[in-house]
Amino acid sequence: MSLESSARRAASSAAATAAGPLPPSAASIELCGVRLAGPILNGSGTFDAIAAWRAFGDELVERFPFHAFVSKTITLEPRPGNPPPRLWETPAGLLNSIGLPNKGLEGFLAEDLPVLARLPAPLVVSVMGVDRDELARLVGAVGAREEVALIELNFSCPNVETGLEMGGDPSEAARAVESVRPLTATPLIAKLSPAAADRAAVAAAAVDAGADAVSLINTLRGAALDPRTRRPWLGGATGGLSGPAIRAIALHQVAAVARRLDVPVIGMGGVASGEHAADLLSAGATAVAVGTDSFRDPGAGRRIAAELGALERSHPSEGPRETLDLPPRHGKIPA
Amino acid sequence: MTSSPAAGRALGGAEEGAEEPRTPAPLGRRCAAVIGVEDHGAYRLIWASDTRGPPDPCPGQFYMLATADRWGSEDGRPYLPRAFSHARVVSDPAPRVAFLLDAVGPGTERLGALEPGEELWLSGPFGVGFRPVPASDHRPVLVGGGIGAAPILALADELDSGTTVLLGFRSAAHAHGAELFAATVAVATDDGSRGRHALVTDLLREELDRDPEAVVYACGPPPMLEAVRALCAARGTQAQLALESGMACGFGACFGCVVPTRNGFVRLCLDGPVLDADRLETGLFEGAGQ
Repeated sequence: MSLESSARRAASSAAATAAGPLPPSAASIELCGVRLAGPILNGSGTFDAIAAWRAFGDELVERFPFHAFVSKTITLEPRPGNPPPRLWETPAGLLNSIGLPNKGLEGFLAEDLPVLARLPAPLVVSVMGVDRDELARLVGAVGAREEVALIELNFSCPNVETGLEMGGDPSEAARAVESVRPLTATPLIAKLSPAAADRAAVAAAAVDAGADAVSLINTLRGAALDPRTRRPWLGGATGGLSGPAIRAIALHQVAAVARRLDVPVIGMGGVASGEHAADLLSAGATAVAVGTDSFRDPGAGRRIAAELGALERSHPSEGPRETLDLPPRHGKIPA
Repeated sequence: MTSSPAAGRALGGAEEGAEEPRTPAPLGRRCAAVIGVEDHGAYRLIWASDTRGPPDPCPGQFYMLATADRWGSEDGRPYLPRAFSHARVVSDPAPRVAFLLDAVGPGTERLGALEPGEELWLSGPFGVGFRPVPASDHRPVLVGGGIGAAPILALADELDSGTTVLLGFRSAAHAHGAELFAATVAVATDDGSRGRHALVTDLLREELDRDPEAVVYACGPPPMLEAVRALCAARGTQAQLALESGMACGFGACFGCVVPTRNGFVRLCLDGPVLDADRLETGLFEGAGQ
């Protein structure tokens, strides 16, 4: 083991185990009028705070890992999710076919929301509807609850009316946002699909239709075969790829969308360190979500926030800018 | 038990009024030093100094492990930590936890190659462990198959030294795992190279013939657990099964480890890995024990 890796391990362990509330990683930020103590969120569906409260006890809320908490996506009706197996480990990543298991709107409002409202961070609720009517009922009901600071619209879903993915093209996204915008004053975040041909155009259409922010990237579709049978491994046949394997794609897509918009962008995709978070912020993101890395380390959000804070103290940020439009400037090659 | 409002029935999972055998985990992963390695035939027991972990994990709970160095080598795997029930714990003067390893893939190969002085990332204990029934009511019978002997050992360490333990292994090389038990244990091997040439469920059937009131605690490969479940169901015998499923996180975050029960899917890492056998229609399901 190298001294350097040992020192880094100790420092990162110390940062992650420091007592007390999550330290602001840099300055606090404002996201659609909501004040967050820092820019680190969880990606929807990658951290179940209620389950974690059972696993970690009150330490979860005493040392909460995120500056805002994003719920798992809820749908109008309860869903059991996809049949197992649901997971496949890939090179530096994870393929999942979970299938949005959730209690449905009613179960969420009655059982989960009162608990999530007690977390020491603003609450973002993620919703997905298969048509505009479903989406409207979800946004109407969730938007009426004052515990909910922001609503995220999960657009990685086929619209059963048109057969097109809601996040798949600009007009689909615009129609979906337009139909729910009048129903609530709660800020709306459009969670974009990385599979859209022109993500920036979809993002711009969503914002023109009334979205207050966008988030990306969602997982990328992939597949795996059982090595013994050469049949699909996953119960859902295909799955969404996440983790470090998609980080470079996330940086590009976040930069391309942020360049086009003047509303906040929440960037995510393979973030596993303060450096990675700083990359997305440099590319124009206002906030950064941690997803799959929480599976490797339940305290990943807290560690990444601490690393980002240290980084920003030693190298003050020039603020979000169109990083990928700048001419390359090289330091020493980190080989 | 945690004092959090999230514990217990209100949030799904545990049964009303039942105290869950769950010791909460510290939040976040921690670095632990490997302080000892013991070879037991085909298996290796790795001892970790878990100074920041609880001294009292419940038998049947589990930890997520990854080596601190060279996790993710060729082909970028392993990437995720791997789930292991602790096989043994010593709490004094500081918590030391032992894990039983059998190299079956890139993660277990890397973990199994750990040497004293190296470090591993560890989080846990997670999940719900075995729920001991008072011995005065029913005599416990412990059943372990292969690497599934690990949580059975942790449970045996907490019970009377005279507790009945039945172990099944592939071969004599694997049957060295039985050396870890303080009590006299009955051993069966698939090839007859050690102990009885039988399945461990044959030993269980004979045991239940002798004592129909026994309570069964079992861990092992899916076909064994299914045989135990079916045997106990046919006789109305209470059984608790420690199951296995592919996991990414270990603390309910990813929803990846679900198993089908009579009441729908449950997350094995949160409501298991120990489940009452009568909650299951089968111990064999897609994704079991990869």
